[in-house]
Order: sequence, then structure tokens, then C-alpha cells
Amino acid sequence: MKVHEYQAKQVFAKAGIPIPPGDVATTPHEAVEIARKMNRPVMIKAQVHVGGRGKAGGVQYAENAEAAQVLATKIIGMDIKGLKVKKVLVTAAEEILSESYVGIIVDRAQQRPVIMVSAAGGVDIEEVAAKTPQKIHKLWVDPILGLRAYQARNLAAKLYRDPGQMRQAADIIMKLYDVFWKADATLAEINPLVTTPGGKVIALDAKLNIDDNSLYRQPEIAAMRDLDAEVPEEVKAREADLSYVKLDGNIGCVVNGAGLAMATMDLVKRYGGEPANFLDIGGSSNPQKVVSALEIILSDPNVKAILFNIFGGITRLDDVANGIVAAFAQLKPSVPVVIRLTGTNEKEATKILAGMKLPTARTLDEAVKTAIEMAKAEA
Amino acid sequence: MAIFIDKKTKLVVQGITGRDGAFHAEQMKKYGTDVVAGVTPGKGSSKVAGIPVYNSVEEAVAATGANTSVIYVPPTFAADAIYEAIDAGIKLVVCITEGVPVNDMLKTVEYVKAKGARLIGPNCPGLISPELAKVGILPSTIVKKGSVGVVSRSGTLTYEAIWALTLADMGQTTCIGIGGDPIIGTNFIDCLAAFEADPNTKSIVMIGEIGGSDEETAATFIKEHVTKPVVAFIAGQTAPADKRMGHAGAIVSGGAGTAKGKIDALNAVGIPVAGSPTEIPELLKERIKRFSTRSTRPTAKTVVTRIATPARPAKAAAPKRKPAGKHK
Repeated sequence: MKVHEYQAKQVFAKAGIPIPPGDVATTPHEAVEIARKMNRPVMIKAQVHVGGRGKAGGVQYAENAEAAQVLATKIIGMDIKGLKVKKVLVTAAEEILSESYVGIIVDRAQQRPVIMVSAAGGVDIEEVAAKTPQKIHKLWVDPILGLRAYQARNLAAKLYRDPGQMRQAADIIMKLYDVFWKADATLAEINPLVTTPGGKVIALDAKLNIDDNSLYRQPEIAAMRDLDAEVPEEVKAREADLSYVKLDGNIGCVVNGAGLAMATMDLVKRYGGEPANFLDIGGSSNPQKVVSALEIILSDPNVKAILFNIFGGITRLDDVANGIVAAFAQLKPSVPVVIRLTGTNEKEATKILAGMKLPTARTLDEAVKTAIEMAKAEA
Repeated sequence: MAIFIDKKTKLVVQGITGRDGAFHAEQMKKYGTDVVAGVTPGKGSSKVAGIPVYNSVEEAVAATGANTSVIYVPPTFAADAIYEAIDAGIKLVVCITEGVPVNDMLKTVEYVKAKGARLIGPNCPGLISPELAKVGILPSTIVKKGSVGVVSRSGTLTYEAIWALTLADMGQTTCIGIGGDPIIGTNFIDCLAAFEADPNTKSIVMIGEIGGSDEETAATFIKEHVTKPVVAFIAGQTAPADKRMGHAGAIVSGGAGTAKGKIDALNAVGIPVAGSPTEIPELLKERIKRFSTRSTRPTAKTVVTRIATPARPAKAAAPKRKPAGKHK
């Protein structure tokens, strides 16, 4: 789960990481009030779950409250890569002497958290990593021991020469690792970590992604979920305990298992079609899930044909068939559907579906080709 | 012969009184697996499908000599169940549970390695050695005894591939699902090394998906250490970046872990990648034919035993991943 910058900053501040003062606003009026109270130049920063907001014009400098009004009006409601900006962070504009990078992720290959630091922080960090990887310093942390103070000091020494700033940075790195671990983060990042003319080291930006599997024990972070910032169908799917990702094509896919769902999408593309979604109904045989799945797919106006591909292992096909019957009775889909069910209790399922006279397919490839033809005929 | 499980497997089922645990304990037993015990704290001295239940893994091992464990407990308790099995001296632990926090696994995997044991999963369907033993949830109806080793990161997609092999009369030695999470106990390389060392396995099918760099690492490993024919399938070619595709591990981030990158890496070392799961059998047959007619077989630098013990890759092989930065 992604949280917004202002939320990540709340978490960081609570852990003792210094951040510039600021507050979040949902209207230009609120933004002006915040800027007026701060009585100094501010940055207006769009809060959206997508990268590249600065280059899209979603981060602007406002000299005073009047400028803040103009800019907040412009940014709130702005469209950044398909997402509408609904909130802005109004935060003190700091004078900056240097920009560093500190980030922590789970390194899958090494099976350890890795802390990455660079004295060349800022918007071009990805380019730095690609072109001059020697400028990125990495430390793999033993998850059982945790981060030692000396390790944080050594990393800080890669960023600063001044002993005072080195100490501040080491302290921030320790605290960031603490946040990373305690919040069950998959990413905790400060880019840039800056020095001010007064010699202070502060986190100008904050990014925090949380492991979805851990949300049950992170109630404070789970409560930060911003449903407004997500695709409505995906929110609905999550509530129905389905895994769904909306795509741009016209063939709706209902599949059990993530790997098979991806392979089904790939085949749609391979045979000349475009998948409308990724949808995994999971391993359970709950017929209600099939109803929810069909409902979500039908809510996408682009869908011209629907493909069911269920490989019954643990999932019992008769349960899925009952779900299909219930879903059709309830939703009466007007787009054509092709069904491919293979595996556990296939015969029972065939009997249940016999009365509906729906097109069926024996193999995955056949099902995909049929769905593509159906979509073409509809379009 | 097979890998990891066979007739010598004596299985203890952790979480045997739960809905899934009870159902699959019975299924595994029916298949002929030697299910010697079940464990649910507080439910000792009861029975499930004729299998005696104990309060702890330690008790179960002492009473039955169990040497393998399978875990069906909820995600909140999964890491603890793994520690319990390892501390009771179990050397092979298969964790079926889906939704285990990554942080829990980071510590657990470190501990399992330190104890010299093997963990398969979590979030995996387990494994089956046809006609010998089944540990997990793979449907036994789709397998057939034979000489193909199957290793996969997914569940139902694996079934699809196995079913295609079985329909083509290409039986299997062992089919293993290693799990779709970012941090797992056993990776492709561990399984490839084991299949290479198993005399009954004559060819290998590897099924990967987007996310991480396990398939790329496996490609290099196959080039250097595997003498048997291998074909692959990679799911997720149409997956968009930065979206989690169901499996926690299936996410393309910062340009790393794409299907194309994986397919290219495999093709570069001569491993054909099937366009559809149903094409796997034909592709594998061709591959086997080419290997049998080839005059000079590749000479593998056999370091299989070294690789089989879970070793941390050298730092030089450090991640290629870029810092996930740039978001101003």
C-alpha cells in the first residue's frame, strides 16, 4: 500500500526525523490559510500515488499567500498521469545547500533489507544509479541483528564531511531503518535529504510503501488509505477479496490464481486481443466471489467479451458453476461470455451450466481465441 | 527417485485441525504420503482422518520420527510455526500459508539457513512426487509418474503446465511450486540443482513470472551447471509497471523484473520459452531430441552439492535494482 507524502512525513516526524513544517489542504482556501499562518515562502505539492509529479507541474514554489492561492487553484483538480489531484501539501520552502538520497528496500536476491545512500540525491537519482552506480553506496542489514550505530555512521560519512551533519544524518538513517522495520515497509525513502544554510539536515520529501500482508498489524497506517486516490473498481475488488487490476483492453478475464491470470492475459494479447483486466478470484470456491468478479468486469464499459478460465485444483468447479449461474441471474450480462473450466468436479460443473447454453472451450488457447472473435463481432 | 520428498518422507501437518489442514491432510494421506502426525496447540490426543494430533511439533517428532512438516496455519502464526518445526529438528518445512508479512520472512529465512534446514514457500502449492508422496495442495489427478522435473513460482498456472505434460504422456519426477512471494525459502536454483542431481529427472520445465530477478539468476545457473534439457514459460508479459499482479512478488518496478528481460535472459543461454503453457510439451520434446542427437553434451562444472546448501550469493552479484527514487 502506498501512502501520500504528507502521511509518510507524519510517520517520519513521529519517529524523530526532522521535516519542514507544513500541512495538507483539499481546497485552495485551506492552502492559503496554511501559507498565511506560516508567513513565509511555501511549496505546493500535489499528493498523488504516481511518480513524476514535479515534471508534470504538480510541485510549485509560492512566494506568498497570494501566489499560494493561484497555484493551489491550479494544482488541485489537475490530472497527473490519469489521476486527479485532490490534496496538496503546503510546506515551508527551504533554502538548500546540498541534496542527498537515502532509501531502504527489501532486496529479494540477497533476502535482506538494503540501505542505499548517495551524495547525488534529487530528481535525477535514477539517472545517477544508471550512469554512475559507484555514487550509490549500499549496505545490507542482517534482519535478525538490525542496523548497528556504526553502520549508520559509516553510511552518513558517505554523504557529509562536516561532523555535525554526519551525526545528524547517521541519526536520521537509524530512525529511517526503525520506521522501515516497525511499519513493515517495503520502501522507505528520503529524496532529497538536504542541508540548510544553518547546517541542519532535514528530509524534504518522504516516501513510504507498506507490505499489504502486514496491514493487519499496522492499524494506524491502514487507516491512512486514501480511497479517493485509487481506481474505484480496484477498491471494490479489494473489498470483495479479489485481486483486480484495470487495463485498457476489451476482453474481461476471470481467472483463478495470479500466475494463470497473467498467462491468460498474455495469451489474449498473443492472439491479437487486448485484455481489459487482471482478475484473480483466488483459491476459494465461494460462489459470491464469482458474482462480485462479474459485477466489477461489467462495470467497465470497454468490455466487449468475457472469458472465464478456471483450473480446478483446490477450487471446486461445481462451486464456480453455481457462482456463474447466480451471477447471470443477478446481473444479466449483455456481452458474450466464453467459459473454460478444467479439473476438480468438471462433470458436475458441466451439468450445472448445461441449461444456460453458454459457449464453452476445452483448452485455454481455444477459450482465448473464442473470446477475441466475440469481442471483434461486438465492436 | 525424486527431489525433496519420496517414500522416506514422514510428514507432520501443522494446523491439522483447521479447515484447510484437515482437508489436505486427508488428501495427502489418500495419495499415499506417510502422514505420521498433526499438530494443533491444545488439541493433542485427538485424531484427524486417523492421524494422531499432538500439542507441539517437538512432541510429534519424538512420538513419530517425523522428518518433514507442512504448514496450513493462518498468516499471523506462520513464521512461528516455521521456527517451531526447525527447532524440533525438522529439515524440510513446506509453508502453504498465503499472506505472510515480508518482515517475518526476512528473519525466518535467515534462521532456517543458519540451522541448515530447507523451507519451501510460503504462499506456495507445495510439491508432489508422483506415486511417491505429496506435500501441499497440488491436485494429484493431474500428475503422472515420469522423468520431467517441474519447478514454478505459481499455483494454477503450474497445474495448467503439468496437465499439458500429462496429456502429452510426459510424466514427472517431482512438481514443485516455490511460491509467489518476494522472500521465499527455496528458489529456482535450489530446485534446478536438485533436478540436475536426480538421476531419474531427464528434463526440466521452469515456470516463472514477472518480478524480482530469480529467472535471470536461474538462466546463468543453467548455463553453467545444468546438463539436462530445460524449457521455460514466463507469465506477465502484458502486466503494467508498478501494479501488483496478485502475487506479492509479481510486480514490475523501476523497469526491473519484466517478462521481456527474463525471456531475453533465458533465450540468451539457449533456453526456449513457450508462448503458451500448452506449447510446453512440444517444445520440451524438441529440446530433448536435440540433446540426444547432439554429439558433444555440455560439460557442467558440477558444484551441485555446494549450491544445494542455501548459500548467500556473493556481494559482487548484488542487486541490479535502482533506488526507487525520483518522484518530485
